[in-house]
Amino acid sequence: MAIFKKGKSCHGPQPDSSECKYKVVLIGNPNVGKSVLFNVLTGAYVTVSNYPGTSVEVARGVATIEGRQIEIIDTPGMYSLLPITEEERVAREILLKESPDVVIHVLDARNLERMLTMTLQLIEAGLPVILVVNILDEAERIGVHIDIPLLSKKLGIPVIGAVAKKKRGIPELRQRIVNFIFKGPVHFSYNKRLESDIAEIAALLKGDYRLSYKALALLLLQRDDEIARLVKDTEGEGYQVLEETVRQKTFERRTSFHQNLSMDRRKIVKGIINDVFSAPNKRKITLNERISRLTVRPLTGVPILLIVLYFGLYKFVGIFGAGTVVDLVEQKFFEGLFNPWITGVVAKVIPWEVIRELFVGEYGIITLGIRYAIGIILPIVSTFFLFFSILEDSGYFPRLALLVDRLFKHIGLTGRAVIPMVLGFGCDTMATMVTRTLETVRERVLATLLLALAIPCSAQLGVILALLSKTRGALLVWGAFMMLIFLLVGFLAAKVLPGETPMFYMELPPIRLPQLSNILTKTYTRMQWYFLEILPLFILISILLWIGKITHFFEKAVACMSPVMASIGLPKETAVAFIFGFFRRDYGAAGLFDLQTKGLLTPLQLTVAAVTLTIFIPCVAQFLIMKKERGLKTASLIALFVSLMAYGSGYILNKFLLMTGIM
Amino acid sequence: MKLSEKAEEILEAMWIAIEEEGAHFIEVEKIGIDPADPSFKELTGHALVEIREGHLYFRQDGKEEGRKTIRRHRLAERLIMDVLSIRGEEGDEKACEFEHLLKKGVDSKVCAMLNHPSTCPHGKPIPPGDCCYEARKSGDLGVLPLTEFKANEEGEIAFIQTEDSKKMQKLMAMGVLPGNRIMVLQTFPSYIFRIGFSEFAIDSYMAREIFARRI
Repeated sequence: MAIFKKGKSCHGPQPDSSECKYKVVLIGNPNVGKSVLFNVLTGAYVTVSNYPGTSVEVARGVATIEGRQIEIIDTPGMYSLLPITEEERVAREILLKESPDVVIHVLDARNLERMLTMTLQLIEAGLPVILVVNILDEAERIGVHIDIPLLSKKLGIPVIGAVAKKKRGIPELRQRIVNFIFKGPVHFSYNKRLESDIAEIAALLKGDYRLSYKALALLLLQRDDEIARLVKDTEGEGYQVLEETVRQKTFERRTSFHQNLSMDRRKIVKGIINDVFSAPNKRKITLNERISRLTVRPLTGVPILLIVLYFGLYKFVGIFGAGTVVDLVEQKFFEGLFNPWITGVVAKVIPWEVIRELFVGEYGIITLGIRYAIGIILPIVSTFFLFFSILEDSGYFPRLALLVDRLFKHIGLTGRAVIPMVLGFGCDTMATMVTRTLETVRERVLATLLLALAIPCSAQLGVILALLSKTRGALLVWGAFMMLIFLLVGFLAAKVLPGETPMFYMELPPIRLPQLSNILTKTYTRMQWYFLEILPLFILISILLWIGKITHFFEKAVACMSPVMASIGLPKETAVAFIFGFFRRDYGAAGLFDLQTKGLLTPLQLTVAAVTLTIFIPCVAQFLIMKKERGLKTASLIALFVSLMAYGSGYILNKFLLMTGIM
Repeated sequence: MKLSEKAEEILEAMWIAIEEEGAHFIEVEKIGIDPADPSFKELTGHALVEIREGHLYFRQDGKEEGRKTIRRHRLAERLIMDVLSIRGEEGDEKACEFEHLLKKGVDSKVCAMLNHPSTCPHGKPIPPGDCCYEARKSGDLGVLPLTEFKANEEGEIAFIQTEDSKKMQKLMAMGVLPGNRIMVLQTFPSYIFRIGFSEFAIDSYMAREIFARRI
C-alpha cells in the first residue's frame, strides 16, 4: 500500500549530473545535535540559506563517502510530521519536495521514548529512515542503557548509537548512508477503528506521493490543510468523494482524535522500548541541571541575566568591539594608514576632482562608505553575533524567555519574542525577519513595531555608547528614555491592537557548553548575510551623498531640515546625520559621532540627537523587510508612526531637559 | 416549582442576556413571546421576575431558577447531540423539548452520565450543579490543574482541557500526554515542569489546562 517514489532515478546512465545527487536529509526535534552531526558529516563546505519564501534557515553541505558526493540537508527542528510552526512546515516541505534517498532521524538518547513517536511517523510514511540515537554519552552518564541492535530489529530500520560531538558512531553512519537498502515500510498497528478509517481513506487515494497512503490518510484525518491541498491537486476528480469521507470521519472523531492517536502511538512506542531502554530509578542531578536551575529562578536568574548583559553586551560588544577593535581598525588602520594612502593613489590615477570626490572625498565610497562598513560596523556586529551565537548554543534563550514572559505579556507579546528582541540589538533587519517565528499576526506586528521604534541595532548602539559615555548622565537619560518608550508604546499598542494575548510554551533544552566550531560557523554565516546586505547599501549611500553634494541638493536638504532640527534644539549640521540615518540608522549614528568629534554638540543636544536618531525611521533595509513580512500598509503605518514618534520624543525630551535643567 | 415551557424559555433568554452578556435587563419584546402571554404573569406571580416599563428584571429566586433552567437546557443539548447524535436544527428542536424532562434529579443523573460537562456543544458554559461539586470533591479529588501544584510535586497527567486543537497537538508532541508522569520544578515567573528527561516552560494560562493527579 505504501508508495515511495523518487523524483528521478539517480542511478541511471548519467549518475553525476548535479541535478541528480544522492540526497540525505537530517530531521529531528530541536536540540538533539542535528547541526553538530551535519558539521561532522560535511566538514567545511556549507551553504546556509533561507528556505524559499520563508526566513527559516536551511543548511546544505556535501559529504564525500567512499568517493561519492552526497548532498546533506539540515532541517529546522520538527516535533511531528504534522507541522504547527513555520520551521516544521519547512522541514516537512523538504521531505516532500526534495525526495531524499535517505532520511536520518536524529534523537536524544535520553528522550528516546518521547522522540521515537516521530520515528514511527517517518517509517509509516514510507521514508527511507536511518535512526541516530545521539548524545549517548550523556545518557550513559546518568545510567541509561539502550539496546541498539534490538531497537533496530524492532523498528526494521538501521539504528546507530552516536555521540556526534565526539565522532562516535560516525563511521558506521557514513557506511550505512551509502549502502542503504530500503526495505519498505514496517507496519505498526493502531486500534481497529482507526485502522479501518485509515484503510477506507487510503483506498480512495490513487495518485503518486512521496508519503505513503497511510501517512497521508492520517494527516488528512488530522485536518492538515497543506496535505489536503496536495491531495486535491493530485487526485483531481476523485477528491470530492475523498474529501467527503475525510470530513465525515473527522467530524465523528472531532472531540478526541488527536489525543487518541497520540495515546495509540505512545502505546506502540512503549511496546518497542519496553526491553530496549532502561533508566535508573533515582535521577542523578548533574552540574548542568544545577546551573539551569539557577538561571530560571528569579532570585538568581535576574542577577545572572544582568551579568550576562553587562559582560556580553556592554563589556564585550560595547567596550571591546565598539571601542578597542573600532579604534584599531577605524582610527589606526583606516584614518592613519589606508585612507591617506588610497587618497594618494586615487589622486595620481584620476585627474578630475569631481570623480576623485566620489571615491575618496568627504562622502567617498572608500573613505566614507567602506570605512564605515568595515571600520565601525563590522567589528561591532561581529562581536555581537559571536555573543548571540554563544547564548543561542548554550540554551540560555528559552530560559531568558520564561523569565521575561510575564513582563512581555503586558506589551502583548510572550517570552518567545525575547529572541527577536535580543537579536534586534544586533541587527533589526534580521530580527524583523525572525518575528515570523512568533505565532500570531498580532505578535508579529507588535514585535515589528517595537523593533523599528525602540531597539537600537548593535552598530548604532555601539556608536551611541561610545558617543554618550563621554558625557556624564547622557547614557542614563538615553537608556531610561528608550526603556520608557519601549514599555509605553508596547503597552498602548497592545491595548489598541485587537486580538488575544497568545500563550507561552517552550521546551528547555539542557544547558550545554557551546561547541566552538558550531559557534564560529553560525557567526560566520550571519556575518556573511549581514555584510552582503549592508555593503552595497553603504556604497549606494556614498554615491547618493556624492550626487547630493555635487548638485548642491544636499545643502538644500540640510537647509530645509534645519527648522525641524532647530525646533528640537539641534544645530543644522545634525541634519546630515539624520539624512544618513534614513538609509541606515547606524550610518546616521556614525555621522553623529563625526559631529561630536568636531565639538559641535552640547551634552544636551547630543542626548536629544541620540534619542531622536535611535527612534527615527528604520534603515532602508529594515523598511524593505518590514514591507515584505507585514505588507506595505502595515509597514508604511509603522514607518509614519515611528517618524512622528521620533520627532515628538526629541521635542518633548529637549523641552523637558531644558525646563528641569538636568543637563 | 412547576413552570410552563414558555416561562422556562423566558428565563433562559433572560439568563443569557443578563448573566452571560452582562445586560441589566431584557426588553419584553425581544423575548419573542407575545407580551400578553400568561407565562409572564406566571413568572411575576412566583416572584421570579419583575417587569418595569417593558423591561424584564431577575428577582433573587428567578436568577436561581434561570440558572437551573439553562443548565437543563445545555445538558439536554449535550445529551441529544453527543449521545444521541442528533445534530443541526433537529438537534436544537429536540433539545428544547427534552430539557423540560430533566427535573427532580433526572438532571443530575444525566449530568453524571455525561461526566459533568462544563460546556454545551456550542461552547457555552453549563452552570455546575450540586452533583458536579460533589464529584469534584469526592471522586476526582486528586485531579488538579497544574496551577495547584507546588514546586517539586509530582503527578500523573489525567487530561488536557483546551479548546485550541493546535496547542493540544503541540503539547502532545512535546510529550504532555495522559498517563505520563509530570514533575513541577518551578511555578514563578513561569511554570517549569519535567516529563521524562525533558523540561518545559509554560505560562499560567496553559498550566490551567493541564490536569494531573498528585502522586
